[in-house]
Amino acid sequence: MSSRERILGRVRRALADVPATERDGTAYERAVPRGYLREHGERSVAETVELLAENLADYRAIVHRCTPADLAATIAGMLAARGAKTVLVPPGLESEWLAAADAERIADRAESTPDELDRVDSVVTACAVAVAETGTIVLDGSPDQGRRRITLVPDHHICVVRVPEQVVSSVPQALERLDPARPLTWISGPSATSDIELDRVEGVHGPRTLEVVLVGD
Amino acid sequence: MRVALFLTCVNDTLYPDTGRAVVKLLTRLGVDVDFPMSQTCCGQAHYNTGYRHEAEPLARHFSDVFGEYEAIVTPSGSCGAMVRELYPRMGERARAEGRGDTLAATLAPVVPKTYELTEFLVDVLGVTDVGAYYPHKVTYHPTCHGLRGLGLADRPRRLLQAVKGLELVELPGAEECCGFGGTFALKNSDVSAAMGADKVRNAEATGADVLCAADNSCLMHIGGTMARLRTGMRPVHIAEILASTEEEPAA
Amino acid sequence: MSGTFVGMPAFPKAAHEAVHDTTLRGNLRHATHTIRGKRAKAVAEMSDWAELREAGKRIKDHTLRHLDRYLLQLEESVTAAGGTVHWAADADEANEIVAHLVKMTGESEVVKVKSMATQEIGLNEALEAEGIRAYETDLAELIVQLGKDRPSHILVPAIHRNRGEIRDIFSKEMSEWGRPAPEGLTDTPAELAEAARLHLREKFLRAKVGISGANFMVAETGTLVVVESEGNGRMCLTLPETLISVVGIEKIVPTWQDLEVFLQTLPRSSTAERMNPYTSTWTGTTDEDGPRSFHLVLLDNGRTDTLADEVGRQALRCIRCSACLNVCPVYERAGGHAYGSVYPGPIGAILSPQLRGVSSEIDASLPYASSLCGACYEVCPVAIDIPEVLVHLRERVVEGGQVTTNGNKVVLKPAKGHAAERAAMRAARWAFSHPGALRTGQRLASRTRRLHPRTLPGPGKAWSGTRDLPPVPAEPFRDWWQRTQGGKGGAK
Repeated sequence: MSSRERILGRVRRALADVPATERDGTAYERAVPRGYLREHGERSVAETVELLAENLADYRAIVHRCTPADLAATIAGMLAARGAKTVLVPPGLESEWLAAADAERIADRAESTPDELDRVDSVVTACAVAVAETGTIVLDGSPDQGRRRITLVPDHHICVVRVPEQVVSSVPQALERLDPARPLTWISGPSATSDIELDRVEGVHGPRTLEVVLVGD
Repeated sequence: MRVALFLTCVNDTLYPDTGRAVVKLLTRLGVDVDFPMSQTCCGQAHYNTGYRHEAEPLARHFSDVFGEYEAIVTPSGSCGAMVRELYPRMGERARAEGRGDTLAATLAPVVPKTYELTEFLVDVLGVTDVGAYYPHKVTYHPTCHGLRGLGLADRPRRLLQAVKGLELVELPGAEECCGFGGTFALKNSDVSAAMGADKVRNAEATGADVLCAADNSCLMHIGGTMARLRTGMRPVHIAEILASTEEEPAA
Repeated sequence: MSGTFVGMPAFPKAAHEAVHDTTLRGNLRHATHTIRGKRAKAVAEMSDWAELREAGKRIKDHTLRHLDRYLLQLEESVTAAGGTVHWAADADEANEIVAHLVKMTGESEVVKVKSMATQEIGLNEALEAEGIRAYETDLAELIVQLGKDRPSHILVPAIHRNRGEIRDIFSKEMSEWGRPAPEGLTDTPAELAEAARLHLREKFLRAKVGISGANFMVAETGTLVVVESEGNGRMCLTLPETLISVVGIEKIVPTWQDLEVFLQTLPRSSTAERMNPYTSTWTGTTDEDGPRSFHLVLLDNGRTDTLADEVGRQALRCIRCSACLNVCPVYERAGGHAYGSVYPGPIGAILSPQLRGVSSEIDASLPYASSLCGACYEVCPVAIDIPEVLVHLRERVVEGGQVTTNGNKVVLKPAKGHAAERAAMRAARWAFSHPGALRTGQRLASRTRRLHPRTLPGPGKAWSGTRDLPPVPAEPFRDWWQRTQGGKGGAK
């Protein structure tokens, strides 16, 4: 007997006490009450964006706000302030976003080795959705966000969120918008650890600096 | 209302003062209280040590003794929780073991009418000021089964706050277990003693003369630790504080 | 991990040393009290916590009650997404599968994301025996691995170490494993984190094989979820060419939507954050992004035996948040090592004796490693009634009875060493069933009270070694009641 059959057989024997009527039906919908909230509190659109900014900052992301017209200058300023000489660019990133930047553009290519990525100073991406209640940005690997590793290896990540359209209030609302078939990365502040005395310290393996630009009119 | 006092085997044997205090208090509040002489033990120690089947006859006995009363009052959060929380579970387990509904049916009547003393005072009699007088500095330790099992919440504190002359001070880490835990105190005596010592140090830091709780088993452990650590503090059951009056003050 | 848990003494004996280790007590007290307050605050932000908790419990219960169906659905969806599913009935089989998969790649080293399942099966030791070196990359796991130590906490395996001890371990041991710690390393947490970053970076960048567990597996989509903080998880999940995930079969949730419950309750319960820094989800493989080959090893190793127990099966709801450890007064004083398992604390006290059985000394003692205070149940985000299961397992120890071991129903004998207790419990039950006998005993105690010692010899020392005995009163209550007709006679 294969282990697969063995395990499945054990599971079925273990559940001998579960009534056949329950086992036969698709009881899922009835089994799970979803009395919890779809979002916490009532906020206007502007307040939701404000909450996102607050919660991002609370977990040590650096938050910038600008209009679409100022975006290129804002990004250029961030890269310059950082002293970034090179910047990773996902294939579908809007080219105007980096129009004013001096840093050398490095394309996100399948052949790049992790060591090569490690030598790049910064990365600029868009995002799929941002969650206000938790201060989270989610990347889904779309062309304007690139492969997962490009937002991981460089030490400085600039992420652009289009507000208010990319902002949701809550985790349930975020999941509704996301496609599980895509590889997702949920990011809430820069890399951190609680492993020393259960106290939070920022800055371990992921980018130690996370800058989020909330762009909107 | 026919009210029975379920004193508990520990109080009956070791803490009769608590029993006398409950009688005095309830009588003062106009309750006609009876003490059925055939009462013994709720079976909690058996149940919680893993001897559920030994606890069953005790639970049935409890139901026989107390089933006819309209309310059953006990000055113990943990014995109260045994009846209210665990008697139904014993019935369910018996059913799951293929022994039918007999045990569940036997125990069901006593479950909803069993009250811990402070619950009975606040919820049934509707009083928080029981006319007590107790001129001491007191800190209150909410015992686990009362706090988390029965959900006594702030009832004991509200009763204490209304006591004339009593200064109630906050116990740091109040909701942390004192380390008694029945047979835990013996089986894991090192950890139990360490928890007890921390509880006593926290109590001492309040500057209170008295540590009050609604469960003498926990107080036996805390008091025994206090005596060993020579703190000069005393453990006192809440019933004895609430029974104390200006005319007849408790020591 | 060099330390193992084989041949552990019973819990009280193991706890004895920890209780008297003032450094350890200080470390644990500091860490658990820090996180307790933060968790309470993070949970209080959620007005619907009770509803989320109930939903989490019901999702897990429902999944467990249809586990065969969801396992098959998961297998199908993972396979459809480009992954390969393996089934492992026990630890040995899981280790063999992983070792074989690593060997197929031609590599002799792997990077690991912190994973309880691989700790449970002793994967690192098994790989070592096959000539494969496994590098732990979670900061706390690294501390444990470098210190040749054992984990003592689910979330923070090195919780028993303070910053000074961690500095010493890094300074002394890092050079053995790769890049040495920087000269003059201090004990500030930021510097320690930086030292770990530098030490592990070269390993991440060259790694060809990553090994992980998973927090959740979604049956309908075949998606796996890893919740983490440092980014070591992302490194291991995305940079290597081959990813092998070893996951317990109870980690399934039916639908993508179900994650909306657990992604709210898990971070707040574990690190007390609104959201942990990084959560990765992946479904099979993705072209030109991340590993080219993905293997999922579904692990039983005692889980189906646990599932067979109607009371004990609720332990399989556990999402490994470790909130129960952080509030547990026993854990705080005994430390994690005393539990003799990678699963310490209250959840460990109900998981280990179910996954491993109660035949060993340590496993038979774990159900008693609790005062039944209920703080664990109160904070559990999937409402596992840990005290209920502890008492149930005590019953298994003292009464024996039918259990399932490796899928077979067997009848356990009552454990040895409880004979005296059993006799005492029976005698007490007899006395309590005969009020007359109880009364005789009470009177005897009262009459001889002046002869009672204040401390007890033999087993009684367990009480009187640290606590005075209560004095026995002159008469039991029932005698007073009868003598005074309930106080109405006026006598005091």
